[in-house]
Amino acid sequence: MDKGKAVMGSGRRWAVDFTDNSTLPSSRDIPDPPGFSRASQEQDDSAVAKQKKDAEANWKAQKAWEVAQAPFKNLLMMGFMMWMAGNTVHLFSIGITFSALWQPIGALQGVGKVFEPYKDSKVDLLVPKLVFIALNLGGLALGIWKLNTLGLLPTHASDWVSSLPPAKEVEYSRGGFPLL
Amino acid sequence: MAMAIRSLLIFLCIQSIAVPTFSLYEDQAGLMDWHQKYIGKVKHAVFQTQKTGRKRVLVSTEENVIASLDLRHGEIFWRHVLGTDDAIDGIDIAMGKYLITLSSEGSILRAWNLPDGQMWWESFLQGPSDSKSFLFVPTSSKADEDNTILVFGKGSLHAVSSIHGDIVWKVDFPDESFEVQEVIQHHDSNIIYVVGFVGSSQFDVYQINAKNGELLKHDSAAFDGGFSGEVSLVSKAKLVVLDAARSTLLTISFQKGEISFQKTYISDLVKGFSGMAMILPSKLTGLFAVKTITATTFISMSSEGQLEVVDKINHATVISDALSFSEDRQAFALVQHGDSDIHLNVKQNHDWSSDLLKERIKLNQQRGFVHRVFMNNYVRTDKSHGFRALIVMEDHSLLLLQQGEIVWSREDGLASVIGVTTSELPVEKEGVSVAKVEQNLFEWLKEHMLKVKGALMLASAEDLAAIKGMGLRSSEKSKMTRDHNGFRKLLIVLTKSGKLFALHTGDGRIVWSLLLNSLRQSEACENPTGINVYPWQVPHHHAMDENPSVLVVGRCKPSSDALGIFSFVDTYTGKELKSFGLDHSIAQVIQLPFTDSTEQHLHLLIDTSGQAHLYPRTPEAVAIFQLEFSNIYWYSVEADNGVIKGHGLKSNCDGEVANNYCFGSREVWSIVFPLETEKIITAITRKSNEVVHTQAKVVADQDVMYKYISKNLLFVATVSPKASGDIGSATPEESHLVVYVVDTVTGRILHRMNHHGSQGPVHAVFSENWIVYHHFSLRAHRYEMTVIEIYDQSRADNKDVWKIVLGKHNLTSPMSSYSRPGVTTKSQSYYFTQSVKAISVTSTAKGITSKHLLIGTIGDQVLAMDKRFFDPRRSLNPTQSEKEEGILPLTDSLPIIPQSYVTHALKVEGLRGIVTVPAKLESATLVFTHGVDLFFTRLAPSRTYDSLTEDFSYALLLITIVALLVAIFVTWVLSEKKDLSDKWR
Repeated sequence: MDKGKAVMGSGRRWAVDFTDNSTLPSSRDIPDPPGFSRASQEQDDSAVAKQKKDAEANWKAQKAWEVAQAPFKNLLMMGFMMWMAGNTVHLFSIGITFSALWQPIGALQGVGKVFEPYKDSKVDLLVPKLVFIALNLGGLALGIWKLNTLGLLPTHASDWVSSLPPAKEVEYSRGGFPLL
Repeated sequence: MAMAIRSLLIFLCIQSIAVPTFSLYEDQAGLMDWHQKYIGKVKHAVFQTQKTGRKRVLVSTEENVIASLDLRHGEIFWRHVLGTDDAIDGIDIAMGKYLITLSSEGSILRAWNLPDGQMWWESFLQGPSDSKSFLFVPTSSKADEDNTILVFGKGSLHAVSSIHGDIVWKVDFPDESFEVQEVIQHHDSNIIYVVGFVGSSQFDVYQINAKNGELLKHDSAAFDGGFSGEVSLVSKAKLVVLDAARSTLLTISFQKGEISFQKTYISDLVKGFSGMAMILPSKLTGLFAVKTITATTFISMSSEGQLEVVDKINHATVISDALSFSEDRQAFALVQHGDSDIHLNVKQNHDWSSDLLKERIKLNQQRGFVHRVFMNNYVRTDKSHGFRALIVMEDHSLLLLQQGEIVWSREDGLASVIGVTTSELPVEKEGVSVAKVEQNLFEWLKEHMLKVKGALMLASAEDLAAIKGMGLRSSEKSKMTRDHNGFRKLLIVLTKSGKLFALHTGDGRIVWSLLLNSLRQSEACENPTGINVYPWQVPHHHAMDENPSVLVVGRCKPSSDALGIFSFVDTYTGKELKSFGLDHSIAQVIQLPFTDSTEQHLHLLIDTSGQAHLYPRTPEAVAIFQLEFSNIYWYSVEADNGVIKGHGLKSNCDGEVANNYCFGSREVWSIVFPLETEKIITAITRKSNEVVHTQAKVVADQDVMYKYISKNLLFVATVSPKASGDIGSATPEESHLVVYVVDTVTGRILHRMNHHGSQGPVHAVFSENWIVYHHFSLRAHRYEMTVIEIYDQSRADNKDVWKIVLGKHNLTSPMSSYSRPGVTTKSQSYYFTQSVKAISVTSTAKGITSKHLLIGTIGDQVLAMDKRFFDPRRSLNPTQSEKEEGILPLTDSLPIIPQSYVTHALKVEGLRGIVTVPAKLESATLVFTHGVDLFFTRLAPSRTYDSLTEDFSYALLLITIVALLVAIFVTWVLSEKKDLSDKWR
């Protein structure tokens, strides 16, 4: 995030323009190479600015994709950690599982913020966002799956009936040996 | 890495599921538990005061205890509890150093060393027939001489050497039914006179040579009127006996080789005599006492055999045996009752008019009449004779009287507890004085500072002792108010003597005691006995201003058809609220699960004719009862007929007019066991107040099993009649043990199992959906414990999560026995090395905490065993998931872990019962064990998971918090300063 901000705030420090402007108007006799259009030259400064913007948009799109794919690495690492933790309930495995659950949820809550720096009218953020969300959902699913393997999800009948009090009895019967 | 972590974690897991035990540290003994030693009602007492050193009194009791008590303080020097069928017939001191006891109807003679109670020798006496037994230790002037002890038992007379217990000689009397009444041996004479009766009308005298047991002479005479048993030896040649009609005194003189009878009508001696008389058993010379309904008459006999009334006492009177306190001077003690005190008179045998001693002793009213008196003398510093008396009271307590005062007293009634219930203590009220608080605060601080010292290992040995002492006499645990955790309660204990005690669970002290008037002899009730004590009124809504009460149920005579007695006692004040006699007998007392608006529990009493009587007798109670009328059943187990019968109720009593509180019974079902093959020995059911938390049992792989939890189940054990005797009396082929689980509403047998080659006695406990019972396997020659678990098959289909989540299940619908739910049972047996006296199970407030079995072992200790040892799903190689569930691998015998004895180093002699009471704190259960001794402790079967331990140092916690706060403040100030200096730079 900080990196992104820095880029956005100060813009570019320098740029090299390879178009040679000195020869432009005089050497008209030389025909332009095929496919070369002089029209762009006419746009001069505004064109430069536009190009600049384009490049930035490209860069933003590229970064947005990077951000969108970042959870994937996370996912792999989480998977490894979960495997390490084993299938029994204890402090370690519970900690890992809950962090695996919390991370995607936190990330999903902050989807807008994560992609804020790359907001651009020209950049289409929808797809990276969707990818980001999907990957995080994947992480969440992994966490839930882990929770289930730990037996912490109420998916069995036993989880619902274990605190059920005994049924009331209709009849009441007592007795025994005659008292001596 | 993963492997290492996993193995570590598995290890931790195993650690956490390892079977918890109740082990204590040495210094924790006595913190939560208390132990009280008793001996029971004293039958015989012999004083040992001649020698210098510790003066003691040796007693034998009705609880089959022999004990040596310190005469100064009444403490027990040593004590032995003989078996329940080894009743003591007589004790005496031989040679000044042995205590001789005769027990088991005259068949076992033992000598015990006086100073330490070690057994010196034991001999078994055999004879042709069962008879009265009799111990006679001749007094000899020379202590070192080999005294022979004369014992009459099993129909023959034995002379036993008192040095090594060998039988010197033995005389079998020609007539087998000869009953010895007295054995007389004169000083320095070799002839022993043995007098007794044959049948009811023949009197026999034998003369026997004391050296070799030779029968020298036999005289016999018959008397037409017959004899009635009690004999008083008035002089060395004269006996007084009553005739069969108990209206004529018969003086028998026998010494000169001839037997002569002399008849005296009691009505001639005692004016206005009518009815029956009784000779008081006493050994006085020239004097005897005759008790009639109205008075006790003392009659003296002159040397010519002339009878003369010396005194007549209208009060209840008890006399002691004669005591010769100097040469030729004999005295006896006479105890009479005054209004609120007792009069102790010591008189000389031949001189009725003067008293050697006359004392008046103030006595607590709660002790009743004097039952027995034993006398002893001592020489005062001025060489005069002083007397002390040991008296046994109606409530079985033992008192020593000396110089007009009670020197000490022992509440030995508590050795024979017949009923136990508990009561809450009063709620703590406002208004504690300031001074008390300040002092308490100071003490609290001091205490906690000491604890901190202990925790930081700075305490010296003195401090450690102080810390331990504080724990032991913590005022907190013996307070008279209710505590938050429910540890402080009153144990209401009914004893055989009809005395009710309230014991504080904190330290075991007697808060109040009450000798119930309704359980004392009276004209209406000749020989009343207590049956049990039940909670009657337990106020919850008005706990601040209403006192709880208990109901004591008794009956007039020990026979089952005697009329019942009710007595209500306030448990805070210990006062009898009211008492009345019932107009019916009591065969069963059924506590109904209903209370009326004043929170009195409804009770149904079944009489011997099968009628049910409802108490309390109020219209409201009847209205409540009528609502559930058709759903109330009762059953009776008739062991003699081999029948179990179930009964329903009818609206009207048979043959009774206009009594709204009486209901008839109709037989609903009966199970008849064939008498030739099966004999009922045990029938137990669940405790009616047991709380079960859940009906589901989660097993491995999240599967669920539904427990069949019903209070209407009865566990019955029968054995083949041949195997109903002692172990070893039957061969494995002819003995079998059959156990049944019966539904007592419908009479349906849910489970039946036959143990071939097993026999009783069977001790069993029934809790939740399981039964554990203890029996003997003749094939394996070992004791076995078997567990049965019952599961409900009709609910087993409730396995769909969604249905359960949405509430589409039948798990909470009321259960009726008539729906005949299908059940499955699981069972497993294990060997157990000990024989058992009682089995009980821990009970907690909500039933969440895991259960432990409390096994009263033959060694009079209580062993706690985790229920997980008794799990029919145990297998040799449990799977991983089963291990996670906590199933232990199957072993053929149950381990006895020495640390899990809840009685730790103590013994509850003569253990009879184990009572468990839930505390308010879910993890804790209170255990009260009674026998001759009493023992109380608090257990936490799953450890105290819901509270901090008692030795937790709050002060240390407080100090830590304060220290941390100070540290935070200091570092904050320091960092501020540093920041400031940085900014100035």
